[in-house]
Amino acid sequence: MISKISALVGVLVVSIVAGVALGPVSVPFGVTLDLLWAALSGGTVPADLAGQYHIVWDIRLPRVLLAAVVGAGLSAVGVAIQAMVRNALADPYVLGISSGASVGATAVATMGVLSGLGVYALSVGAFVTGLGATALVYITARTSRGLTPLRLVLTGTALAYGFSAVAMLLVFQAPHGEAARSAMFWLLGSLGGATWTALPIAAAVTVLGIAYLMTRARQLNALAMGDETATTLGVPVNRFRTHLFVVTAGITGVLVAVSGAVGFVGLMLPHLTRMVVGADHRKVLPLAPLAGASFLVWVDVAARMLAAPEELPLGVITAAIGVPCFIFLMRRKSYVFGGR
Amino acid sequence: MRVDIEQVTVRGIITDITLHASNEVVGIVGPNGSGKSTTLRCVYRALKPDSGAVLIDGVGVHKRQHIARDLAALSQESQVEFDFTVAEVVEMGRLPHERDPARDRRVVAEALDTVDVAHLSGRSFLSLSGGERQRVLIARALAQEPRVLVLDEPTNHLDIRHQLEVLALARSLGVTVLTVLHDLNLAASYCDRLHVLDEGRLVASGTPAEVLVPELIAKVFHVTAHVVRHPTTGVPQLLFDQEVTP
Repeated sequence: MISKISALVGVLVVSIVAGVALGPVSVPFGVTLDLLWAALSGGTVPADLAGQYHIVWDIRLPRVLLAAVVGAGLSAVGVAIQAMVRNALADPYVLGISSGASVGATAVATMGVLSGLGVYALSVGAFVTGLGATALVYITARTSRGLTPLRLVLTGTALAYGFSAVAMLLVFQAPHGEAARSAMFWLLGSLGGATWTALPIAAAVTVLGIAYLMTRARQLNALAMGDETATTLGVPVNRFRTHLFVVTAGITGVLVAVSGAVGFVGLMLPHLTRMVVGADHRKVLPLAPLAGASFLVWVDVAARMLAAPEELPLGVITAAIGVPCFIFLMRRKSYVFGGR
Repeated sequence: MRVDIEQVTVRGIITDITLHASNEVVGIVGPNGSGKSTTLRCVYRALKPDSGAVLIDGVGVHKRQHIARDLAALSQESQVEFDFTVAEVVEMGRLPHERDPARDRRVVAEALDTVDVAHLSGRSFLSLSGGERQRVLIARALAQEPRVLVLDEPTNHLDIRHQLEVLALARSLGVTVLTVLHDLNLAASYCDRLHVLDEGRLVASGTPAEVLVPELIAKVFHVTAHVVRHPTTGVPQLLFDQEVTP
């Protein structure tokens, strides 16, 4: 376990450096390392490298770190949600958060709502409607006996169609094509707007959320075995599921606000991790976020480079890499939730 | 430990069930749909009765702190999709207890040994046969080191040898065991006392010899039974006619 964690940490560090070095304007690895070291240690940078320093420190590093945070967060949330609703097809967006967020984001992009907030309007709009949508799912799915997994998934799916319809309507009503295009780009996920200011909140929420989930790994195992089993093992099932709902919605809401709805990571990384280490959440929860972080760093590199100087939406690339890779692994052996 | 089921009613399923068990093996028998599992579910808190209460040593099961340290259950729930290993499943039985890695390991190893599944410990739970799974789940209940053990048809899927072994094990633990059994002869052999449920009501209670009489069997199960003595143990056993009474 320790060796797997250290290996993945190593991969992540290398990925981050590579992610900073690679792009439409490539900065040699040695120079990247020197510049990063200079920035971290407060050293000086030669005048002729000032341009590259700007690219490395102000543009690429916050973006690469945000990619790592988003990848880690979505993977951890995917793990927790799949156990929470005991459904292999669940992902962080199954409870309506991304479609809810898309309503706010499209309203901002096409109607100029919240324009007083400037560059933060899109994030704030997405965050507010995303969490609003999840709250609506929660209230609708709740019964006197608490939240049951199937009701949660069905309610989330049904309401998500409604929210998407509203977002689509806004896109079609948009007065000019450019607004619709930027809304669509946002819906598929992008880290183009990453800055140092967005990073701390997203990182803090994600790290704290993952830490919470890791302390609940054994309870998640019990929950994965069924509500009755979890109850007999002393897990207060209804309270625990509500906590999970709040934590996963909080993380997802923040991540969607900073990066849009990056698809497939939160569905696929949990399964990939289980294929390697099995279903035990004590192993899956530390490893899936580390793997997801590296994965999204590379996806973002591809997004920047494949069609440079244009950028591709992250969702297009996660799907292009993820779908074949996932199908290959699934076909290799009969896979359930973590079958090896 | 003492279990008191006091006038428990779950609307539409069971009415006014009262029964007690204290450091003995108590069986609940009855036809399909008579409310046996529902009664047990009220004990292991999967269900909250509409009225009445279940008490463990005098304290209600919903009020008791750390109840999972005292009460373990084998339920009929079986729709697991997550593929844990056998060892991981049995380890879950340690969840209610304070963590103590050395002790946890020992208890888990003992539980695996006791139900004869130690050789499966690295195997995937989902790859096991029904009987093997059932024994693994029993091992998990044992790993909880319970003082009350609730078993909903523990012999399900088991071959005859493992049926006998599991019930003998339940007796040998020296804890309070509350079990639903379909096989009346097993119930007669392994239970100190039996309770018979019919259409959600308790219709008979007593020792196997008192309860398993042809009149009651005919009334509750609609079959004709003959009582014979087991040649070596002397326990009453039932033989059934092929015709079903209306």
